[in-house]
Amino acid sequence: MKVLVPVKRVIDYNVKVRVKPDQTGVDLANVKMSMNPFDEISVEEAVRMKEAGTVTEIIAVSIGPQQAQETIRTALAMGADRGILVKTDETLEPLAVAKILKSIAEAENPDLVILGKQAIDDDCNQTGQMLGALLGWPQGTFASEVKKDGEVLHVTREVDGGLQTVALTGPAIVTVDLRLNEPRYASLPNIMKAKKKPIDMKEVAEYDVEIANRLTVVKVTEPPVREAGEKVEDVATLVEKLKTAGAV
Amino acid sequence: MAVLVIAEHDNASLTDATHKTVTAAGRFGGDVDVLVAGEGAGAVAEAAAKISGVRKVLHADAAPLKKQLAEAMEALVVPMMDNYDAVFAPATTMGKNVMPRIAAKLDVMQLSDITDVQGSDTFERPIYAGNAIMTVTSGDAKKVVTVRGTAFEAAGEDGSAAVETVDLADGDLKSAFVSEEIVESDRPELTAAKRIVSGGRALGSAEEFNRVIEPLADKLGAAVGASRAAVDAGYAPNDYQVGQTGKIVAPELYIAVGISGAIQHLAGMKDSKVIVAINKDEEAPIFQVADYGLVADLFSAVPELTGAL
Repeated sequence: MKVLVPVKRVIDYNVKVRVKPDQTGVDLANVKMSMNPFDEISVEEAVRMKEAGTVTEIIAVSIGPQQAQETIRTALAMGADRGILVKTDETLEPLAVAKILKSIAEAENPDLVILGKQAIDDDCNQTGQMLGALLGWPQGTFASEVKKDGEVLHVTREVDGGLQTVALTGPAIVTVDLRLNEPRYASLPNIMKAKKKPIDMKEVAEYDVEIANRLTVVKVTEPPVREAGEKVEDVATLVEKLKTAGAV
Repeated sequence: MAVLVIAEHDNASLTDATHKTVTAAGRFGGDVDVLVAGEGAGAVAEAAAKISGVRKVLHADAAPLKKQLAEAMEALVVPMMDNYDAVFAPATTMGKNVMPRIAAKLDVMQLSDITDVQGSDTFERPIYAGNAIMTVTSGDAKKVVTVRGTAFEAAGEDGSAAVETVDLADGDLKSAFVSEEIVESDRPELTAAKRIVSGGRALGSAEEFNRVIEPLADKLGAAVGASRAAVDAGYAPNDYQVGQTGKIVAPELYIAVGISGAIQHLAGMKDSKVIVAINKDEEAPIFQVADYGLVADLFSAVPELTGAL
């Protein structure tokens, strides 16, 4: 099987997000950027499938600024075979990203596209499903287990009440949830090796895709701050306070 | 104008998330119709007809719709959108799974997990795990929207809408339902619970998690939640997870036991009415959002609290 793994460069999950005073967005200047944590899980899954012999080639794709090359290098160091960087300085919406990924999927003919279920910046949770619809492929979202069973892919999904397993036929889309695996740290020798792996550099304009944003940001603001309350001395005081507040 | 709301149900009963989504759709403006797609879900369609403010219920009954899988839902809803200006669904795992496929087929950008509707083209939604709130307008002809339930009141049940039948066109579906493990519980569902007791990594093991958290939840008639750390450590199942990557809750009482209060957890519970934190680390960030903080060893404080209630 050939696998396509889209990866997104986002603000590092440990960084405290600050809203810009002019309310146009969040401050990304001089902020540490990393691979979206859910995408690390999808890269890891692809690498494990390759190690198990079910996958022959892993292609990591990123659509973003020149620096997104670093995100692809991270995927290569984890075990992906080659990369494709589609360069743009615009912030593309999931619909545009899905359209570009569709073009890449049509050129590369993967058997599986495996993506993070959402990016931790826009929290959209859309790209994988949109790509599935555009390609006419079946999807297994929020995966906690992925098993190749002959020609069928069994995906166990995290749903609200528990777990659900679906069977997907033909080329498929999988989006991953947290418990699927624990991503590895790339070793130094693998980081060095990754520098020699090829990355195909593309421009958005090379794809015949309409990428104009459909949404206009009116403003970005801080959420209302919740005031800290009081510390209570002991359990008896806590119970008394809760009773007074009508909470119990 | 008209809005289609996709109902969330298990073929037997309708969830509260549907009522909340109807409220959000009402703010958008125009007539609100509810789609009940399932197999043998006639009772659900009857229940949906009672939701206040609903013009009519569209009932689709077909085997591939039983589990509301994304491909089948896409095939059903996309042709229906000729008659609607917007489609709304709850931002549950059903809505999140299904809606982007519909949006892509309509060639529009979805508005995910909205917390406010300001007229027919402007919406508010949290980004960066709720650390920023974005107001956006959509220039698309049709709107595809998922709704965060905790941000809207549930619509009432004094309606009497007509129920009409709609058909799923025949088609070749490449995904099929195999099996499910749905957790059976006498407790209220997390996102609908009025009270929640949540445990964190400080519980130390699955045994201690159950021994300490369950009796307090029993006493309060509360749902049980967990932090991502507790879930990752295997102390609690994933469907207990409260936070950015789990469930978003806003109960009247939230008791956080042995939870430090990572940003991603706070994102899932900080809209709760009353927050109680019990943690032995007085510097824990959870105390910054707690109405009542108790710095204590949870293994003695929680049983004492259970006994005192």
